[in-house]
Amino acid sequence: MTESRNRAVIVGIGESAYAKWGGSADRSQFALACEAILNAAADAGLPPSAIDGFASYSDDANDPSRLMVALGIDQFRFASMVWGGGGGGSCGALAHAAAAVESGQATAVAVFRGLCQGQSFRFGQYHAWSPDAAFTAPFGLFAPAQMFALLARRHMHLYGTTSEQFAEVALVCRDNAQRNPRAVMHDRPLTLAEHQASRMIADPLRLYDCCLESDGAAAVIVTTAERARDLKARPVHVLAAQQGSTKGWGSGMLGGHNMPDEIYASGNARVMAGELFARAGVRPDEIDVAQLYDAFTATVIFSLEDYGFCGVGEGGPFAADGSLRWPDGRLPVNTSGGNLSEAYIHGFNLVVEGVRQLRGESTSQVPDARLCLVSGGESVTPTSAAILGG
Amino acid sequence: MPYLPDSLPFPEPDMDAAEFWAHCRERRLMFQACGDCGAAQHPPVPICPACQSTNRTWVPAPAEARVFSYTFAHHASHAAVRDRLPYNVAVIAFPALPGVKLISNVIDAEPGALAVDAAVELAWEEGPGGQWLPRFRMLT
Repeated sequence: MTESRNRAVIVGIGESAYAKWGGSADRSQFALACEAILNAAADAGLPPSAIDGFASYSDDANDPSRLMVALGIDQFRFASMVWGGGGGGSCGALAHAAAAVESGQATAVAVFRGLCQGQSFRFGQYHAWSPDAAFTAPFGLFAPAQMFALLARRHMHLYGTTSEQFAEVALVCRDNAQRNPRAVMHDRPLTLAEHQASRMIADPLRLYDCCLESDGAAAVIVTTAERARDLKARPVHVLAAQQGSTKGWGSGMLGGHNMPDEIYASGNARVMAGELFARAGVRPDEIDVAQLYDAFTATVIFSLEDYGFCGVGEGGPFAADGSLRWPDGRLPVNTSGGNLSEAYIHGFNLVVEGVRQLRGESTSQVPDARLCLVSGGESVTPTSAAILGG
Repeated sequence: MPYLPDSLPFPEPDMDAAEFWAHCRERRLMFQACGDCGAAQHPPVPICPACQSTNRTWVPAPAEARVFSYTFAHHASHAAVRDRLPYNVAVIAFPALPGVKLISNVIDAEPGALAVDAAVELAWEEGPGGQWLPRFRMLT
C-alpha cells in the first residue's frame, strides 16, 4: 500500500471556454490545450514550468514535445497515451498520472484533453474507428450514434427500457446546464416533449439523446498528497482509477459487435467496477454524486447498472423515478451538464466537474459531497473510471 | 440496385481478415474456426482465443440466422448514403454458431418491420470491384 503522503491527489483544474464545434476557429486546439493546462497550474498555485509529465487519451493531437516547449517545462519526465477511441481512456489517463507520481516517475502531471472538431475530424461522422472497420463501413455502420443505437435497441428488447427513460438523462443534463453559465447549452432548457419530437438520428436514439460536438480543452494537475501541502488548492484524492475491459469484448461497439451476448447491452464496466470499488474501499451506495460518461443518454443507463447503482436492467426505471436529479435525487449525475449539455471534451470535463463537487464549487453543488464516481467512455476497450474523495 | 451504394467506404481488410473477404468474392459466407478445438471466431484473429492454436480453419455460416439487434439510420454520417435514408444496420447472430455475430443489412425490411429475434436469410449483393457483400432478407 502506498503511504498516504505519497498518494495521488488532484490539485488543480483548468478549462478553456467551451464552444460548439467550429466555434474556436480563430484559435488552434493546441492553444486551447495550453490554456486549459495553464489554468489548472494557476488554480493549483504551481508554476507551469514545474509540470513534468503529460497524460492523455483518444490519440489526442496535442503532442508533449510541443507542450513542453510552449509551457516552458523545466525537466520533462513522463508522457503517456491511453489507446482506444472515444472517451474510454479519460480516467485511464488519470490513472497513468496517479501511477507516475506515486511511483516517483514524475512530480506533477497534467492530464488533459483538447479537441476542436472544427479543426480535426468530427466524431459524429464516418471514421475508421477500429481495426475491424472493414466489417462495419460496407454496411453503413459509420458513426457512434448508430453503434450505440444497436446496444440501446437490445437493452430495450431485454428490459423494456423506453425512449422516455433515455430522455430523462438528457433532461437532467440540460437542467444542470441551466445553472452552469459555461455550458454550451446554458439558457437553452429542454422538455420531454421537445426530446420526443426531435429528429431521429439512429433509431432509437433521437437528436437529444446524442452528445454535443464541441471545441475546447480541460485539464487537471496530479501530484502527491505531500507536495499538495505546499500548494494553494484543496486537494482531491484519487482513491482509485483504472482501465478495464471484459473477456471477449474486443473492439466491441466500435467494431464488429462481437461482444459476449450476455453483456452486449452494457457499458463493458461491470467487472472493472467491482475491482474499482474494492480498491477505493467504498460501496456504490456511498457515492454522493457521479459524473457518468454521456456520449448518448443510453450510455448513462448502462453505467448506472454497471457501477451497481441499480440492478442490471433497472437503469431505465432508476432514472425515470428522479434518482439522477439535482439536488434531491439519490444520485445526482453530470452536474455541469456533461457531454450532453456542457461540452463534449471527451468526458474530461466530467473529471473536472468531479473535482469541483468535492471542493464544494459546482454550480449544482451536492451538499457535503465526499465521494464522486467519474466514468470514462462506455462499451469500448479500454473503458475506465475513477473514484475521487474530498 | 444494391441496398447501399458502391461509394461506401471500404477499408482495406488486414491480413487476418483478407480470407473472409476472399470467400465472400465467391459468395461463400465462412467464419474462422479453430482447427484444433473448433471454437468459432469473428472478426478473424491469427490465434485461437480459446486454446491459442494457430491452426486456423474456416466453417460455413449456418443457414439459420436471426436479428440480434438493429437500428435504422435517419441521419447521413457519410455522403454516400444521403439518398438512401432511412436504412437499417443489423447485428446478425447464428444460433448454431455461438460466438459469431455479423454486422449487415436486412435489404427488404422497412422501418417498423424489423424486430430483435426476427428470422433472416443470406442474400448476396455485389459491391464495389466485384466484392460480394453478405446481406440478409426477411424470412417469411
